Amino acid sequence: MSINRRQFLKLVGVSTVAGIGGTAVFNGLRNSGLEAAQTSPDPRSLNGKRWGFVVDVSKLKSDEDYKKCIDACHSIHNVPDMSGLPEEIRIRQEVKWIWKDNFERTFPTAPEAEYQNSELKEKNFFLFCNHCAQPACVRVCPTKATFKRKDGIVMQDMHRCIGCRFCMAACPYGARSFNWRDPRGKDDNGQPFIKEENKEFPTRMIGVVEKCTLCYERLAIGKIPACVEVSGGAIVFGDLEDPNSEVRKILAEKYTIRRKPELGTQPSIYYVIGGGEHAG
Amino acid sequence: MLDKALSGSKRYWTWIFILLAVIGVAFLTYLKQFNEGLGISGMSRDVSWGLYIGQFTFLVGVAASAVMLVIPYYLHDFKKFGKIVILGEFLAISAVIMCVLFIFVDMGQPMRITNVILYPTLNSVMFWDSVVLMGYLVLNLVIGWTTLGAERKGVKPPQWVKPLIYLSVPWAVSIHTVTAFLYAGVPGRHFWLTAVMAPRFLASAFAGGPALLILLALLVRKFTKFDPGTEPIQALAKIVTYAMFANVFLLGMEFFTAFYSNIPGHMHPFHYLYAGVDGHNKLVPLMWVSSIFAITSLALLVFPGIRKNEKILAFACAILFISLWIDKGFGLVIGGFVPNMFEGITEYWPTLPEAIITSGVWAIGLLVLTVLYKVAISVRETA
Amino acid sequence: MYNGGKIILGLIVFLAFATFPFYYNIGKVNAKPELKTDTPAIQEWVQKYGKKECIESKEVMRPEHMQILNNWRDSVVRNGDRIYVSSSGKSFSMSLQNTCMNCHSNKKKFCDECHNYMAVTPYCWTCHIAPKENTL
Repeated sequence: MSINRRQFLKLVGVSTVAGIGGTAVFNGLRNSGLEAAQTSPDPRSLNGKRWGFVVDVSKLKSDEDYKKCIDACHSIHNVPDMSGLPEEIRIRQEVKWIWKDNFERTFPTAPEAEYQNSELKEKNFFLFCNHCAQPACVRVCPTKATFKRKDGIVMQDMHRCIGCRFCMAACPYGARSFNWRDPRGKDDNGQPFIKEENKEFPTRMIGVVEKCTLCYERLAIGKIPACVEVSGGAIVFGDLEDPNSEVRKILAEKYTIRRKPELGTQPSIYYVIGGGEHAG
Repeated sequence: MLDKALSGSKRYWTWIFILLAVIGVAFLTYLKQFNEGLGISGMSRDVSWGLYIGQFTFLVGVAASAVMLVIPYYLHDFKKFGKIVILGEFLAISAVIMCVLFIFVDMGQPMRITNVILYPTLNSVMFWDSVVLMGYLVLNLVIGWTTLGAERKGVKPPQWVKPLIYLSVPWAVSIHTVTAFLYAGVPGRHFWLTAVMAPRFLASAFAGGPALLILLALLVRKFTKFDPGTEPIQALAKIVTYAMFANVFLLGMEFFTAFYSNIPGHMHPFHYLYAGVDGHNKLVPLMWVSSIFAITSLALLVFPGIRKNEKILAFACAILFISLWIDKGFGLVIGGFVPNMFEGITEYWPTLPEAIITSGVWAIGLLVLTVLYKVAISVRETA
Repeated sequence: MYNGGKIILGLIVFLAFATFPFYYNIGKVNAKPELKTDTPAIQEWVQKYGKKECIESKEVMRPEHMQILNNWRDSVVRNGDRIYVSSSGKSFSMSLQNTCMNCHSNKKKFCDECHNYMAVTPYCWTCHIAPKENTL
């Protein structure tokens, strides 16, 4: 059999690719799933069709009230605290799942606040992921690392995230943070970003996106989200599709708005807005 | 044919080694970024894409521009482009490789890149972008190599290449349209939410790519025995002129819509980019340079008498390329992120490591381009 | 042969690279991994149930534990299911940090023994918090 050098090299190349590729495909297709009968949800878990919040900031009086909710969330989820970094770096690299800001920045497209009463203008609101019914972030994620659960939570799979940050570009609410550095690292003074680890929850790693996940790990064992628990009634949690839930009752009685509703994302976080004696 | 890239003049090898040196330094810087995180770049929670993605967007345009040679030559038998089509196809290969590399260096978890293939998500534009880019790379590799190989043997290319060439025409349009979709389908970012994003991308691609090709053709004529000829270059210059007019016109349309509608969200990014907001004006000088270069290049290109002068043509193409590089490779991305989703301003400027890594990717692209052009020209010279 | 010198040189360089792992480790004989399963949590289990058992048998866990963990990950994160019923009928909560490492709280004397021997570095621990062990 005569074969010239070029044909030989082509043959070797194709065989190598086929060999490696074939093995990879074969391994990937190997039956590796758990049988359906082996896994089930925790019987304690809270079930809903569309979890949401109603936020009534008139119940939050002092800075302490806001801090309680933010700290509850960030501490149990091992969210790194970058406040030890120089300000211009902290602004760029901070990671936050829940935070507070004023009316103008929470609702930039809301009715003009120029002649609104000043108490409302200066009041702080809570901002978090809106767990939209039509989330733009889920639409754009190339690996389904962010996806919508049956109960309405927009979930984040840290194992699959490739860190492309398309979801951050798509989210109209700036709800997402990226790990620009190792969250288990230290600032320039040697202080770790995660001061006290919650050993029952993982941290994240460098290079993945994270955000509020509506305390899915607490819902799974029958507990309400952490921020709700310590909010003193300022954040009410419930199933928006259950007409008898507390959130639906409030929505029926009070006037509420959502952030940037004109974009069609259908947020699940409602904010109670009042005027005069109801505001502030 | 690749062996032709292994023999060259002293100048050739000096150029290769300079490129390798840049690549080496950039690679070490990338390792630093891999270990310490993308935080060593200038990107932030508010401006989560920066120079890398901007360069990716710009280079997809350069890659698509090969179609401006393929259409006249293969679809309309414009024989004048016969000698330089291969230069366009090889430029496309080099540009797509740079695109892929820019995506890779921008990823937070690059080792997981196979997740895009393992978990295909059909509703994600980014998934489709990776599919069409890879397809375009394969297309151009096969077409370019086969046609060049046939030329070397002195025969016509095999028949099966023809359908691939025809396929590459809509495919080239698709790669840039899909890349435009990355921006134009995202709600909430006023600078990007415009139907003319894809048309503007294509117009600027068909201006910038051929402009670069003109410069490369002139360089090739200067440094090698291969002369593409004056007529193909003039034909390309006409394409550049018309495309650039379309691009500047569409940009004007963007300005009109934003300012005549008077909608604050639409106007703010333009205010930030071209005038600065609240003292934040890092990008203003750059954007004005881009605009002035664009108008100047058009003024030089629109008159055939001036266009015929190849020295002025080279200058016009250079400033046009720079203008588009600023506009698409930088201004476009930043304009979508500033002001942020709370109408606040967090500015962005690339850091030194970011610039070094960017230069490294460009050096890799230039290396690929040099090697491929060396092969093509060597084949021509010995033919 | 043509370019004989270069080819022979290339072959020698290639062989040097290819056999590097072998001659680099000459003299560095590692002891066979010895896994310790005498943590307080396991001792409690033995008192309660009379024998040492993991969620599945040793013969299953040794080759399949990574696959099982991947399946658990998909179940919990992507499907929202947290309870695992093992082949012995017992229910466990699917959690690396809270179930597996609860019993195997001696990561250095258990997990790391084999992993170090095989030069495997699973990156689970970049996120999942490994149990802190006493250095007594």
